Amino acid sequence: METYYHPKDLAKFSDMAKGNPELWDKFMAYYSAVFAEGALTEREKALIALAVAHAVQCPYCIDAYTQACLEKGSNAQEMTEAVHVACAIRGGASLVHGVQMRNVVNQLSM
Amino acid sequence: MALTLLARGDGLASAQEQLRRLGAPAPWLAFESRMAAAGLAPLAATGVQVFQVNVGKFCNQTCRHCHGDAGPERTEQMSRATAELCIRALAGTDIPTVDITGGAPELNANFRWLVEQARALGRHVMDRCNLSVLLLGPQKDLGEFLARHRVEVVASLPYFQAAQTDAQRGDKVFARSIEALGLLNRLGYGRQDSGLVLNLVHNPAGAFLPARQEALEARFKRELERHHGIVFNRLYTITNMPISRYLQFLIESGNYDTYMERLANAFNPAAAAAVMCRTTISVGWDGRLYDCDFNQMLELPLQPGAPRHIKDFDLARLSGRRIAMANHCYGCTAGAGSSCGGATT
Repeated sequence: METYYHPKDLAKFSDMAKGNPELWDKFMAYYSAVFAEGALTEREKALIALAVAHAVQCPYCIDAYTQACLEKGSNAQEMTEAVHVACAIRGGASLVHGVQMRNVVNQLSM
Repeated sequence: MALTLLARGDGLASAQEQLRRLGAPAPWLAFESRMAAAGLAPLAATGVQVFQVNVGKFCNQTCRHCHGDAGPERTEQMSRATAELCIRALAGTDIPTVDITGGAPELNANFRWLVEQARALGRHVMDRCNLSVLLLGPQKDLGEFLARHRVEVVASLPYFQAAQTDAQRGDKVFARSIEALGLLNRLGYGRQDSGLVLNLVHNPAGAFLPARQEALEARFKRELERHHGIVFNRLYTITNMPISRYLQFLIESGNYDTYMERLANAFNPAAAAAVMCRTTISVGWDGRLYDCDFNQMLELPLQPGAPRHIKDFDLARLSGRRIAMANHCYGCTAGAGSSCGGATT
């Protein structure tokens, strides 16, 4: 079936180096540094990445960071809570814009 | 309780069928070629530090990831005569560690005799324990026996919660494991300065690699103590080997190709150089010798030139033997490496 997303394309991510190897190398060096153990553990970072993957709705990232979270020792309960955090922020982001709506209503109303 | 592959009449009960599946044309490089590319083939043993004895396939559990297809209906058991050959071979060496496994090794009629004899020879003895065996009526003195002989207990507990543990090991196994760990703790196991060592084993409950050992150990310690008052010494993270019931799970769940690719892509030359088979000899229930317990389950014999049965045990010829390899060996070389003693790097 033709779709825009193909699971096997995740393995072709490094093809992006072909257009500009220098930028790719810089990105990968940065990416690796971001996910290395630091003030946050690798497990905590993977959970954040999983939540962000849901917020930006990237199917490749969801696949990759579901696996990564499991391989960092997280469980489905923790991962589900992380997704709810993304959901809450996305929902909250919509709702807080309601203040703008109310401001405009107030501006326009008698 | 789940049935063994043998009881189900599943073709993967056959070691030959498992090897055929593992050797089928695939996108990943054959393990031996990968080792050659890393300058590690042929791979040779560097001595024998661990004398691992698999006393048989009988077990009171039928875990979904079992690499030996063990279970209650299995009848293969090491005889007293073979156990005596093991002790005789051991006595002629200075191999420091005896690692007893199964099945549930404690349910073999010769288990306690083997422990007593190996301890009398001054060897460190490890018991690979499924924990629930400690609660069986006829085994109610098992914990005290192990403590009296200062046996290191290496106990399977895939996760610090019930859902993952029971999914892998069977209904209510987590609760029974916690009860057994409490029993061991009361005997002094896992407690600082007791000298009674209690190590836990984590195998992932699914088609993914284990977490970093130190990080997961810290979480296990925190969670088990906080919620159950359980203490232990070390956590060993062990990668599930794509053989036997775990291989059947991978194939049935459609995860086989991705798991094998995951293992192959995570090949770590440092882990490959440190594989446990280089310092282990594995004895089967029938006395046959193997490079490791996984090769034993695949019936991969020692390479020509090495003695193949415990009655012909010859430490000098075994110490530098060539190791038999196949694609399942990727399980020991992925990521941080995996062995019966956990991560290797």
